[in-house]
Amino acid sequence: MTAELNPRLTFETCVVGPSNRLAVTACRTVSEHPGAAYNPLFIYSQTGLGKTHLLMAVGQMVRELSPAATVEYLTLDEFIEAYHAAVSGGTPSDFRDRFSRADVLLLDDVQFLSHSKEMQAELIRLASEFQEAERQLVLTCDRPPADIEDLDDRLLDQLDGGLVVDIGIPEYEMRLAILQRRAEESEAEFSPEVLAVIAEFEVQHVRALLGVFNRLQAFQSVNEQPLTLQQARAIVLGETPVAEPEAATLEEGKAAGEFDRFLSNLKVTVTQQVEGWKMEIQDAITEWSGRGYDTKSLEVLLEQDVPGATDAAVRTFEERIERLRSLEAEVAQFDPEAARHPIFKSPDRIAEAEQLVREEREKFIPPPGPSDAFSLESFAVGEATRMAIEAGRSVIAQPGTLYNPLLLVGPAGVGKTHLLHAIGRALDAETGGAVACLAAGTFVEDLVKAIEQDRLPAWRARYRHASAFLLDDVHEIGARSQTQEELFNLFNLFIGAGRQMVFTANVLPQEMEGLDDRLRSRLVEGLVAMITPPDVELRRTIVRSHLEARTGSAEADVVDYLAERATESVRSLLSVVQRVVTGAEALGRGLDVESARQLLERAHKPEPRASSAGRTSDGMSAPPGALKSREKIVWDWPNMAERVIEELS
Amino acid sequence: MSLVNFTTREITCKIVYYGPGRSGKTTNLQYIYDQVPTDRRGRMVSLATQTDRTLFFDFLPLELGTISGFTTKFQLYTVPGQVYYNATRKLVLHGADGVVFVADSQVRQLDENLESLQNLQVNLLEQRIDVRTLPMVFQYNKQGLPRELVLPVEELDDAMNFRGVPSCGADALTGNGVFETLRSVSELVLRKLSEEPSA
Repeated sequence: MTAELNPRLTFETCVVGPSNRLAVTACRTVSEHPGAAYNPLFIYSQTGLGKTHLLMAVGQMVRELSPAATVEYLTLDEFIEAYHAAVSGGTPSDFRDRFSRADVLLLDDVQFLSHSKEMQAELIRLASEFQEAERQLVLTCDRPPADIEDLDDRLLDQLDGGLVVDIGIPEYEMRLAILQRRAEESEAEFSPEVLAVIAEFEVQHVRALLGVFNRLQAFQSVNEQPLTLQQARAIVLGETPVAEPEAATLEEGKAAGEFDRFLSNLKVTVTQQVEGWKMEIQDAITEWSGRGYDTKSLEVLLEQDVPGATDAAVRTFEERIERLRSLEAEVAQFDPEAARHPIFKSPDRIAEAEQLVREEREKFIPPPGPSDAFSLESFAVGEATRMAIEAGRSVIAQPGTLYNPLLLVGPAGVGKTHLLHAIGRALDAETGGAVACLAAGTFVEDLVKAIEQDRLPAWRARYRHASAFLLDDVHEIGARSQTQEELFNLFNLFIGAGRQMVFTANVLPQEMEGLDDRLRSRLVEGLVAMITPPDVELRRTIVRSHLEARTGSAEADVVDYLAERATESVRSLLSVVQRVVTGAEALGRGLDVESARQLLERAHKPEPRASSAGRTSDGMSAPPGALKSREKIVWDWPNMAERVIEELS
Repeated sequence: MSLVNFTTREITCKIVYYGPGRSGKTTNLQYIYDQVPTDRRGRMVSLATQTDRTLFFDFLPLELGTISGFTTKFQLYTVPGQVYYNATRKLVLHGADGVVFVADSQVRQLDENLESLQNLQVNLLEQRIDVRTLPMVFQYNKQGLPRELVLPVEELDDAMNFRGVPSCGADALTGNGVFETLRSVSELVLRKLSEEPSA
């Protein structure tokens, strides 16, 4: 079972000095970024110098920063015991499951790994697992890894691959600071001179120091009077303390103490002020190298005997890192693979990083956007389209929040593509561009090309960067598993980030063949808006609007004649209108019911069109065999007269 | 003067005790001299008149040993307080890393304090030293005298310490506040060093 973390052992209660500064900084770094900096982190020192304190401080800080994180702290003995318990219970997998769930594993006193091949193998497996999953492993030991007898080379390699850091014996200033803090914690009143005397005692570990402190505290409480300097010295040296000092000795002690105290304070000040610049640089090196940045330019500063402009140097270094981070983030939008380039970890190579970003930016091709040929204003409103257009307007007004995704369902030719692109244009204007709006066929082709060219991450970035994602004829994705996988990931990203998604389909999701259930359920998660074939009233509106646009007038009987002709889609209705208008113009006649009837009845029956399963909606060129037909490439064919002539020919 | 030499790993601080005559500058140094172990102090040079007034200056070198790898030496000086020794004061003030202004807390000495403070500022300006950047602390000495004879620290601060530098009450004869003053000025001097390192 995991040992409880001692709430007193935190970073706040840890006295930091030159002997443990590196270890403390490394521990703070892994607490703030578990799994991302030093993994595994191996801390070693003689006993009693604060390894367990740091280990528990890591655990406390991780829990404080991420309350949901699972932190396991245990000694190696407990670790072994847990393993044996699981094995003897016939469920060794319980042991693995338990530690597989941990976000941070803190293992104390691993020196006892010697000769335990079984546990070493478990630890090797765990270390690999933790590294791969970016979960943090921190170990402490009383000796460096290489000195652990009979340690598996693989484990040694793993430990060396993280960070191995030691804690040294505390110096005078640190010993004094530890004692002052201990005195505050235990509310013991010692004169500063007495503490200075204890601090002079060169101990091998903090526990010995605290042991002396406790002896003094006990002596003082027994005698019920403050310890004199002489008594303190005697206790520290293991002598029998003198009961009552002479008055002259007391005065002498006070005097010597006054100077000693002055000297101790001066030592602390010199360390902080005169050599502070080195600590500042060392801290910066530890922090940034832990995050994988090249810190050579800071290391050079440490080699100097004389401090340079330390603050400025560290500030400049950190500004460069900020710049690198923004460049890295920018390039990740174009190509996440490129963002892993080591140049983004080299603050001395900013210019090269900028050049790389420029190149990636130039290589980046934005996803297809909505066509300018469609607008909401030109979309005819009737009973058949009212719900869809209202849903579209709501989406434009509140992208990503109200109906997400919006699925427009209706048979071919009823205006789904028109509405999709019109919504796309409006969102584009709202969000300042970067709306992806394309046909499912194009989406699939693009993906296949990216796989062929081994540029899948860049392809993903292309769409993930979009402010909204609109896909026409989503049913055409069919059983393409890779496309479905990518679309599923896009779904999670866009819906999670509150970015709008709009789809069109000619059937409801439950009728789409080959579609994964996870996509099917997501498609109906927002709003499904139906568009039905136009009724007579809507057809009248459409015919009137188009006749007025083409000829400047619309005779009521011509409108009625054309609108009452049976038609299943807006597209075929428009085709009829265009045909009679163009025909009448070609014959040099005015458009009336008679001429319209003649033109339509004489008209050549057009060739059967491609099935709806084989058409697409956008204007990109289609390779042979792809899901394209000229049927819906309307904005590539602006002159309808040419189209009529072609169809009649 | 070179305050910190990173090449030879030496720190040398020159601290000047300034103030009106009879304010207790020499007493400060005398007390420090008495408290420092003999192996840490040099010979205190004191040129005094027959009536124990400082004629030229007092000089107390302190060898503080090796601190964080630096051989640390403090040189404590006092200036003669009497008005007519201004040339000597300028000489002593030259190259000071920090100044302790020892004021006499007695009510009747307030004008002398202000006059001496003004004299300090004039002398610093003549040496092109910005008084705002020179580490300085106030010590209000003779606080051990009967209360009716002295001004409290707060009032003395109001009257003299308009820059808000560290200040403390003291009674140099008994040693109260003497090391506190020295510690305070040392910290300021060393802090300034970290801001403007010199080779």
